Formats: sequence, structure tokens, C-alpha cells
Amino acid sequence: MAFFLETLFGGLMAGMLYSLVALGFVLIYKASGVFNFAQGAMVLFAALAMARFSEWVPLYLGISNAVAANLIAFVGAAVVMFIVAWTIENLVLRHLVNQEGTTLLMATLGIAYFMEGLGQSLFGSSIYKIDIGMPKDPMMILDRVFDGGIMINQEDLYAAIIAATLVALLSVFFQKTATGRALRAVADDHQAAQSIGIPLNHIWVIVWCVAGVVALVAGMIWGSKLGVQFSLATIALRALPVVILGGLTSVPGAIVGGLIIGVGEKLSEVFLGPYVGGGIEIWFAYVLALGFLLIRPQGLFGEKIIDRV
Amino acid sequence: MFYRENGQFKTSYRADQQILPIAQDRVALYLLLAFAFLAVPLLASNYAFRAILIPFLIFSLAAIGVNILVGYCGQISLGSGAFMAVGAYAAYNFFVRIDGLPLIVALILGGTCSMLFGILFGLPSLRVKGLYLAVATLAAQFFSDWMFLRIQWFTNNSPSGSVSVSNLQVFGLSLESPLAKYLFCLTLLAVIALLAKNLVRGAVGREWMAIRDMDVAAAVIGIRPMFAKLSAFAVSSFIIGVAGALWGFIYLGAWEPAAFSVDQSFKLLFMVIIGGMGSIMGSFFGAAFIVLLPIFLSQFLPALASVFGVEISTAGVSHAELMVFGGLIVWFLIVEPHGLAKLWAVAKQKLRLWPFPH
Repeated sequence: MAFFLETLFGGLMAGMLYSLVALGFVLIYKASGVFNFAQGAMVLFAALAMARFSEWVPLYLGISNAVAANLIAFVGAAVVMFIVAWTIENLVLRHLVNQEGTTLLMATLGIAYFMEGLGQSLFGSSIYKIDIGMPKDPMMILDRVFDGGIMINQEDLYAAIIAATLVALLSVFFQKTATGRALRAVADDHQAAQSIGIPLNHIWVIVWCVAGVVALVAGMIWGSKLGVQFSLATIALRALPVVILGGLTSVPGAIVGGLIIGVGEKLSEVFLGPYVGGGIEIWFAYVLALGFLLIRPQGLFGEKIIDRV
Repeated sequence: MFYRENGQFKTSYRADQQILPIAQDRVALYLLLAFAFLAVPLLASNYAFRAILIPFLIFSLAAIGVNILVGYCGQISLGSGAFMAVGAYAAYNFFVRIDGLPLIVALILGGTCSMLFGILFGLPSLRVKGLYLAVATLAAQFFSDWMFLRIQWFTNNSPSGSVSVSNLQVFGLSLESPLAKYLFCLTLLAVIALLAKNLVRGAVGREWMAIRDMDVAAAVIGIRPMFAKLSAFAVSSFIIGVAGALWGFIYLGAWEPAAFSVDQSFKLLFMVIIGGMGSIMGSFFGAAFIVLLPIFLSQFLPALASVFGVEISTAGVSHAELMVFGGLIVWFLIVEPHGLAKLWAVAKQKLRLWPFPH
């Protein structure tokens, strides 16, 4: 039982991290109908920027305080992501308005290639580390209830807390601010939003900026866990089942989907993996998502797809 | 002036419905075939065969397969790499486990296995559409990656899933020299391309296109969505499977599951989009573009850098390649979202009227 709970908690926390990446997909899809395959590349790009800035700040600015250096690096990386968002909107998306979904999908794949190349030539392609001072040692809880307690990775716990905070902040931003209202209006209906004077291009830049910041936070957490390297870009492929399970258009869906996939992956790997040779996490997530899709083709919380002839 | 159909009167339905109704097109095709079968073997070097021509032929074949599914039937698939892998490994298993099995039979059996795999992973398409389906087909990709890495039986108990074939023969002729490999691939490609072209302009092809354009409306006028979608998956994954087997047997010789990774799937989709969705000819254009671009870049970029007196490291070149590749794809989609086949159609229209503007 204790082992089961341990796996379950591990899965929940991993799921929270998947949700972070998935959130980036959902934000952009909702607001502009673009399925952004470049989200993984954005995570890599942001993490590379963050890692290198936190290295350069003490070196060139002479700030030795780790917290201040990390903070400056974070802001610097966020600014970089704003520039990326603006560039993508102006150079690519603006010219592809009204194209089909597949064309847009391919365009974001092109952007992904470009950003992987650019990120590595700007910031280098070795393995870097981000140290934001998260405690590494495991923690025991519930040792009164179970013999020996349940081991929880403190780092994962903090990461999950950061992720949850970010989600909470985002929902406040979306629900309470004027910009958030405009974003929701655009997500709801492009034409109606435009007709009441919401500037679409402007809104899309903002959405990509928000997605960039989400990518930065995801990159920061994943980077401090695994190190910043090229394979970070493949995180997107791990987060895709989360998105389709939760529904492409739903923010809560991304979170619930992330938790389901996280738990499903861990439990399947631990309890089912040994029978079939292990390493089944990655396709199990997809099959799980596929199973849900067969029952609800639009994902758990997605808008119902209505076909009109 | 040279490309005009004036005076070519059709006196029978047969003549009217042939693949290339315009005489100049037919002549051009025969010339092209003669060039490919006779002139290229005399002109091309071994390097050109290995690095450019053979990959181009095999990718063209795979791109035709993907185009049938994505371009004609409108079911976006990101699992093409998996279909290639299944084709390659299945053909390998038949080839090594049955003594003296002819290569062509092994290829066809590989394609058949890939077809069954494709139908299985095509089943969700009956329920799931669009982008959701694209992601769902990734399940096939990751499942096949895992299957050929972990299930030892498929790879003849070789660790890490790497396998190799040797002593390939067709009708007693050895397939060792690049020239023989080229001619073998070319023949297969020509036959399958002709079959595919006839398929898409026949009844089945029209059903696929109806499903692509509006599946509900197609169902209303009596087209069975299940048959149309699954037949598209079957034909497409059969062709992709044969291409995968060729890729393993002829081009690589020895391969491991990583040769058919998700990158391969993306590449194939790029070929179809850049070449032109719903066009057999576009598949050739797209394959040529994607095969030639990296070769061109890896030759061109260091030369360009040395002109400016900058030294680029090999890592720098590979990053610059990624950037140029991505940038070109985006640029291309912006300039011509309908692909190279559309450019070709426009050029043909202009040629018909030349030298007059209208």
C-alpha cells in the first residue's frame, strides 16, 4: 500500500509538470487555432537562455547573490521569450491567417526546427544546469501510518507547487484582468472579438508571450531536474497525450489530463512494465489518451465538435 | 507554342480518359523514363547513387503512400515512420526465417504486415478527426519504437534491435552495386506510382477525396466512411511499408529502430506538404526537396562561411542547417501553401498560352 501511494504521488507530481508543458499548447490553440508543435522547442530555448544567463550574470555583472542572479536571468529569459513571440507573430503567423490547420501545424514544426538550431547556436549545445536552489534530498511523510513512511522527492514537490502557483496566477490573469477578458473573447470567437475592437494581432502576440513564459517556467523546472540539453525539446512529445486527453481547448483539461497521464504512466511502468520488458511509459500514455478519445473524441473537457454540412 | 493541345482530337472515351490526355505530356513522360532508366546509369557517380538518387527514389515511394492518406483521404498521420519500421522488420523476419524467399516476395509480405498494422491504428480515425487523430497516430510511432527495441523476437534476438541483410538477389541478379540498387528501386517506384495514380483517379480515389472534403456529406451521398478511411490506411501503409523495407534492405543494409524514428514521420509529412497535398507528382517534388536540401546546405554553408572568412565548426554547421531548414519550410508555406505541385500547375498553364499573355 505504501509503495502504491508512493508511486501514485510520484505520478501526480510528474503529471503536474506535464500539465505545465500542455498548458502552453492549450493557450495558443485556444486563442489562435494553431496547434503549436514548437512548444517543446520553446521550452528548450527558454531553458537554454535561463541557464546561460544565470551563468553570465555573476560573470559579467558581478552579482554573486544566487537569488538575485537567478531572478535577473529569469527576467532576461522572459524578455527573450517576448522577442521570440513577437517575431513569430510578425514573420510567420500574420502571413498564414486563414490557412488550414495542417499548414499551420507544419509551420510550427518549421519554427521548432529553426528555434532548436538558433537556441543551440546562440547559447551553445553542451549540457547546462539551472540551479534555483530546490532541495534535492527525499522526504518521508506519513511515517506514523505506514511502516517506514512514504518517500517523496522534495524537488518534485516544490516543482509541483510552482506549477500549481503558475496555473493559479494564469487563471487570475484570465478571469480578472482586462487583457485576460480580451484573450477569452478572442478564444471564444475571432470575428466577434475583432468586430468589437479587440486587435487580433496584438492579442496573438500576448498569447505567445504567455505561452513563452509558461515554457520558461516548464524549462526551468525540467532543466533543474534533468539538466538543460537538447532532449528537453522532446518534452513536447510527452505532453501531447495530455493535451488530447484533456481536450485541446480546455485549461482545466490540461491539468486534469496531466495528472491522469502522470499517474497512469508511473503505475503502468511499475505494475505492468515488468511483464512486457519495461520502457512502456511513453506509448502507454498515448494508448491511454487514445482510449479516452474513443469514448469522447474531443477530449475530456474539450468543446463538442459539431459537424455541419 | 510548344505545349498546346490544339488539334488533338479524342475519338474515343478511352483516349479521353487516359492518364495523360495531352500528347506533349506523354512524350515528356517517356523521355523522363528513358532518361531515368538509360541516361542516369551512364552519367551518375557511385556517390550520387548512394547519397542522392536511391534515397530520393525510396522517399518518393514513401511520400506517395503518405500522400494517399494525408493528401487524398485527409487523415493526418504522424505515424508514417512506424509503418516504415513495420515494413522493414516484417520483411526482414520473412527474409531470414524462410530460406530462399525471393526478395520481392519478402518486400510484399513486409508491406502486407505494415498494411495490417496500418488498419489497426487507422481504426481510431473512424471516431477521432483532425489534430486529435494526428496525435493519436503518434501512438503507432511510439509503440513501434518500443516494440522493435524491447521484443527480441522481432529482431531475431539481436540486442538493441539492430539487424542487417546481405546477399540480396532479384531473379538471380546480385543487388550489390549502387547501379543495380538504383534500377531495382526505380522499377518498383515506377510500377507502384502507376498503380497509385490509377487508384486515385478511380472510384476508390474519388471516395477518398469525398471523405477528405467533407466526411458527413460523403456519408450522406452513400460513401461508406469506414471502407474509405480504412482502405486509405491500408493502401497507404502498404506502400509506406514497402518503402520502409527498401530503406532498410537497399539503402541502409543494417539498421536499428532509431532509423524509423518520429523524425522520419515528420520528414515524410513535410515532403507531402511541400510537394503538394493530393498530387502523386507532388510527392516526387517533395521528396527531391527534402533529400537535396540537407546535402546542399552541408556543401553550401561552409563554402559561404569561408567567403566571409568565418570558420564554422561542424556543430555550427548542423545548427545552421536546422535553422535554414526550418526557415525555408516556414517561408515556403507562406509563399506557396499548396506546394510545389501547384507551382508546376501554374507554370503549365502559363506554358500553354506562351508567348501570349491570355
